[in-house]
Parts: sequence; C-alpha cells; structure tokens
Amino acid sequence: MQQIIYFFIRNKNFLLFAVLFIISVALTVQTHNYHNNKFISSANFVTGGVYTFRNNITDYLSLGKENQQLLEENLVLRKKLDQFKETVVFEKLDSTVLPNKYKYFTARIINNNYTKTKNQLTLDKGRKDSLKIDLGVISSKGIVGIVSDVSENYSTVQSILNTKSRINAKLKKSSHFGSLIWNTKDPNVVQLVDIPRLASLEKGDTIVTGGRSTIFPEGIPIGAVKDFHLDNDDNYYYVNVDLFNDMTSLEHVYLIENNDAQEIKELEKGVEDEEQ
Amino acid sequence: MKSNDIVINIVRFVVLVFLQVLLLNNINLGGYINPYLYIYFILMFPLDGNKGLLIFLSFLLGLSIDIFEDSGGVHAAACAFIAYIRPVVLKYSFGVSYEYNSVKIKKADPMERLTYIASMVFMHHFVMFSLEIFSINHILLLLKSTFFSGIFTIILIVFTMILFNKKAS
Repeated sequence: MQQIIYFFIRNKNFLLFAVLFIISVALTVQTHNYHNNKFISSANFVTGGVYTFRNNITDYLSLGKENQQLLEENLVLRKKLDQFKETVVFEKLDSTVLPNKYKYFTARIINNNYTKTKNQLTLDKGRKDSLKIDLGVISSKGIVGIVSDVSENYSTVQSILNTKSRINAKLKKSSHFGSLIWNTKDPNVVQLVDIPRLASLEKGDTIVTGGRSTIFPEGIPIGAVKDFHLDNDDNYYYVNVDLFNDMTSLEHVYLIENNDAQEIKELEKGVEDEEQ
Repeated sequence: MKSNDIVINIVRFVVLVFLQVLLLNNINLGGYINPYLYIYFILMFPLDGNKGLLIFLSFLLGLSIDIFEDSGGVHAAACAFIAYIRPVVLKYSFGVSYEYNSVKIKKADPMERLTYIASMVFMHHFVMFSLEIFSINHILLLLKSTFFSGIFTIILIVFTMILFNKKAS
C-alpha cells in the first residue's frame, strides 16, 4: 500500500500531465466527429461576447465593401423580379397562405477562420433567434457552410473549408452530381469529386448545390470549374472549383431552414429501418 | 514564488490569451502562418515555481485558446506537453546550474536562451499541428506550418523579452 502511495507521490507530475494530455486528446478527437462539439465550442457566453465586442469595432472597416456587395445583390434580385413580372401572369393567390418550403434568417459572422484544416465560423445569433443545428449558411455570392452547434445567443458553423464537410453539388448545365470536399490547400478553391466520366466538363462551368440534401435548396451557386482531371481508377472526375465567395472576407450571411427536413429525414429513416 | 510573481503571472495569462485570440490569430501571413505568442507564459513561468501547478495552468491556458478557436483540445495538449517537458529542456539548454536557482532566463547567455525558446516553441507547434491536422496525408503541411509559424513565434518571443527586459531594468 505504502509502495503505491509513494509511487503516486514520486510521479505526481507525470500522472497530472498524462491525465490532462488524455483529456485534451479526447476533446480533439471529439471535435473530429461532426455534431459532437457540444462540450467545448466558441458558441458560449464568454467567447461570443468577446468576439461580438471585437466585431463591433472592426465592422466599420469593411462598410464600403459590404455596401458594394449589397448593391450588387440588389441588382441581381431586381433583374430577377423584372423577369418574373414579364413572364408570370399574377393569379389571385394569397401569398401568405402558400406553403413556404424554405425559411430565411440573417446573421453576422463574428469569428471566421480559414487557415486550419477544420475551419469553423461563429455567428452572432443562436437558439433565441430560432436557429437550429443543420441549417444551411450562404452569403449573397454562394454557400458558406452548415450550422454545427447552437447556444442561446451564438452558433458555430462548419465551414465548407473543413475536411469533414461533404456537400452535395452538381454541374449547372448537365445536372451530373458529386460531393464537394476540401483538400486544405487554398481557401478559395474546393474540390468536387465523384462526377462520372460521362459528364462533359469545361473550364468555367458553374457548380451549384444539388438539392439532394435536406440542408440546401437546389441551385445555390458555389463556384466555377478551375481545372479537372480523371482520378486514379479513371471513372470519376476530380474537379478544382474556384469559389464565388471570398471565404477570407465574409461579414453577413443568410441561413436557410428547410421546413420539410424533419419529414424527409423521418421518411428516409423509416425506409432504412425496413431494409435492415 | 513571491506574491509579486503571482500578480505578474495572472496578468500575463489574461493579457496573452486576449492578445492571441483578438489579434495574433488573425494575422495569417501567407495564408497559414500565425505566431503563437501565448506560450511566453509557460516559458517565463518562475523557475522555482511548482511544476505541477505549471502543468495545470498551461493546460488551462491552452484550453482557453481552444475554446476561442473551436479547435477541441489541440492547444491544451501541446501546452501541457511542453510544461511537463520544461525541466528537461531547461537542463539541456542552461546546464545543471539552473537547478540551484543561479540562472535567470532574462539574464542568461543569449545563445542558451535561444536554444531554450526554440526547443520549446518547435515542440509545442509540432504537437499542436499534428493533433490539429491529424492525418498522415498532410505531413508536408504539418512540417511547413510547424517550421514557419515556429520561426514567427520565436522572433516575437525574443522581441517581447527584449521589450520587457528594458522596462524592468
């Protein structure tokens, strides 16, 4: 017994170190699993507060650019509205009772990183503003990521610049679809894999979201084809995609909630259960 | 450890965490190079201070950075590691004399001091980046990040030391 106690006293520093090291490695591994970063995340009161404080100061520096972006977006929306007016004869429909499939929210990014291999963003809105896990996040130019954790006032977003991200995307012109991943090399270039060899690809082709997931609606712009080559077994293309978004300077984003997500997921789960 | 030391170290802890998360983490030189000045706290912790306490405080220091960075526990692990290994590095860089309290980090020979800083910084960065990247496919990225960020951190730590040394004397 005495031996054991002496052993502990003699090695107390090593034991303390070992325990703390194991805890931190466990925390690290935990964040490598999607959706499990509940325990330690920047969506909490203290860090959220500090980041909001910083953003209140730095926001002024980018006002000019933000205005420019809003103007551009207004222009695009205005054009779309005009087309809509020309082509659609308005029927008497009360738009408030139309079932809206998607609900939109806005939020401000208070922390953004893009230099790591698993990048996260922090937003200044949370559960109180009815945000939930798994909402899609886009900016006026293209997609940004998916909400991964929500606290009362803040939320964290798993950026598309994250090796864990896999987002369904397709070619706009031919609807061949694949998965969007990131090879960590460049914050403005992501990779589209699993595009079948049959697809005719050209430099500059537009890539949009595929609509096969319950998170993003179909047709949200992502980027343009930069270059492409066949992968090792020659059956699929490996495409480098230039993002429309500048992931290094984001300020305001939109969040998309799919009202049918729950229903679709339950239905798919039911089918899977039957198969088993 | 004197009461003066306790106050200095508490202030240093808080200031370094805020400096790191608000300013230094956003430098992103060349896309991925950031200095991690906050380990200055571990380097300058009093030599006669309790070793167990240092390991625990370093863990807390790393964890604070991790919470801000959403990086799980990579900084906490790296900090706990260099805090544990610090006595070995001290002996290796300053010789055995440090054990008799005859060495002051700020007054030591510049070469010895640089050896100490560089070994601690590179070990910290290596552990941190290996945990963060967590994949053998990206080994080149790991070495590149460790090397360049390490050099940046060392330069910053040396400057910080010179700055506060002048003030003290």
